[in-house]
Amino acid sequence: MSEQVETSPPRIWVFIEQEEGRPHPVSWELLGAAQRLATELPGSVVEGVLLGHNVAGIAPEAYRYGAKRVYLIDDPILEPYRNLPYGHGVSNLVVKYQPEIFLFGATTLGRDLAGTIATRVHTGLTADCTELAIDPKLKILAATRPTFGGNLMATILCRKHRPQMATVRPRVLSMPEPLAESEGELLRETLDLHESDVPVRRIRLIPGKEQLNIEYADVIVAGGRGMGGPKGFKLLEELADSLGGVVGASRPVIDAGWLHHEHQVGQTGKTVRPKLYIAAGISGAVQHTVGMSGSNFILAINSDPKAPIFQMANASIVGDLYKVIPELIRQVKGINNGQ
Amino acid sequence: MHSVVAIKQVPDTSNVRINPETGTLIREGVPTIINPYDIHAVEMAVRIKEKFGGTVTVISMGPPKAMESLTECVEQGADRAILISDRRFGAADTLATSYVLAHTIEALLKEGPVDLLLFGKQAIDGDTGQVGPGVAARLQVPLLSNAVMIESFDPVARKAVIHRKIEQGVEVIETSLPALLTVEKEIATVKRASLSNVINAARYTPELWTGDLPVPFDPDQIGIKGSPTIVGKAFTPTPRGAGAILSVAEKGLSKTVADALAMIVEASVVTFQNHDGGRP
Repeated sequence: MSEQVETSPPRIWVFIEQEEGRPHPVSWELLGAAQRLATELPGSVVEGVLLGHNVAGIAPEAYRYGAKRVYLIDDPILEPYRNLPYGHGVSNLVVKYQPEIFLFGATTLGRDLAGTIATRVHTGLTADCTELAIDPKLKILAATRPTFGGNLMATILCRKHRPQMATVRPRVLSMPEPLAESEGELLRETLDLHESDVPVRRIRLIPGKEQLNIEYADVIVAGGRGMGGPKGFKLLEELADSLGGVVGASRPVIDAGWLHHEHQVGQTGKTVRPKLYIAAGISGAVQHTVGMSGSNFILAINSDPKAPIFQMANASIVGDLYKVIPELIRQVKGINNGQ
Repeated sequence: MHSVVAIKQVPDTSNVRINPETGTLIREGVPTIINPYDIHAVEMAVRIKEKFGGTVTVISMGPPKAMESLTECVEQGADRAILISDRRFGAADTLATSYVLAHTIEALLKEGPVDLLLFGKQAIDGDTGQVGPGVAARLQVPLLSNAVMIESFDPVARKAVIHRKIEQGVEVIETSLPALLTVEKEIATVKRASLSNVINAARYTPELWTGDLPVPFDPDQIGIKGSPTIVGKAFTPTPRGAGAILSVAEKGLSKTVADALAMIVEASVVTFQNHDGGRP
């Protein structure tokens, strides 16, 4: 897709991810980012790409989050998601409309699809970005991402190939405020594919045991290796309950089998940005902190006064967490009960 | 029955250090390992071979040092190992990497059929997870990312049933073969290498493929030239900065916790209310 002559305004595209007709909130976060990018790219327009079956109802929501236009491919083959028909449909749209920038959520689906599209249309893709900007001189996308386990940040540029593609994890970008009402244009496109062209079919879906939505929790009470064993997590759960939050964990906890992988925060787990993050017995290795440094307020509890987590926490308690946490529970419950 | 597994030798990122002044990686003394997800991909291929016969080929693009990792895969039960190594492959991004691996697999396909392609779901150094999907797109074979189980495998009917982890749970998919799977660690538990495999590996030297031999690679699609993305700049993450340190030893338990909670209230990040619905 390289070296195309510009004949239309630069299009900034966001893939609007949906499953079973429910849009993934990361799509709105990306539309927010796309609007910020658009202010740096004069004349550019923010547009959404939506695929699925009977999903046209999602388009007005996309307008409210800033999409001026939504390209819709509505076809029964597109429910549920499969790589091949989505890859086919989205690649065709890219070839037809030549977007300048194309953003995807770094979800299981978004990663699966973005890697396919980038290869099919032969362009660059930057995964798991934590910051998107327009390079002021080159007027191209500057996509910053952590690499080497979060030890290093790299800003990636895609100079000649288009679209410039990037994925961003849920909750890395802030959620924009939707407009009460906003008009947009719906452009229906066709898939031009038959079921017999798809050599893959879903036999069944085994629903997840628990829908733990840790990425979107306002309060996370997380434990690390310093918890010493699985038992202490009952205490963290009690504290999380009293704050209306959920329990998180660092990688050693998951590796030791104390908690399920769904609870893991960090480089190989989830990225979270709660209002309050309580880190108990977490030393603060960069592999963990890259996943939670976007939290509004971090309270760290550790017996080691030299724990690196203290270098980034808003408040740190040096003490025995098996004494501090029960006291926290007691006092939080006291406040909750209006005492 | 022929499985091809792509592996990557990576620095052990839990040991990576950065020079804070230059913002560059200190590579000296950092041990290299086989990307952890890839080991499970090799194990899965070996299990399939044990059940259905056939061979396992492991391929890797990397520097000459990656020979060690390939030898380890032979210890694990792979029959053949190919290192694709050439200075011209250097600084490749995921698009150029997927080209080299796909082109290698195409060369293997000329020797005979390949039934299954296995990749780790991502490498722990770059963490992109893009190379497997890229190779699947280039070879036009079904992609099953985040695979956690092969429920059934029928090399005769050329069909398999794969479980893959998605956000809503586990999706059970029937696919035609060949297919490309990117695997999670759950796909297969890694067993200790058998003595006979260790002996085999000691006698085995992985093949070395270069940019020209035994198959020529398109010079425009490899290395920097074949990579649409470049690193504009690299830097160490900015620290958030430390806040208040409250010591239980100095202030006592109750006061320390009360002070911390007061700061949380002050920051007005949480509304306190009875969340636990009257539970005792």
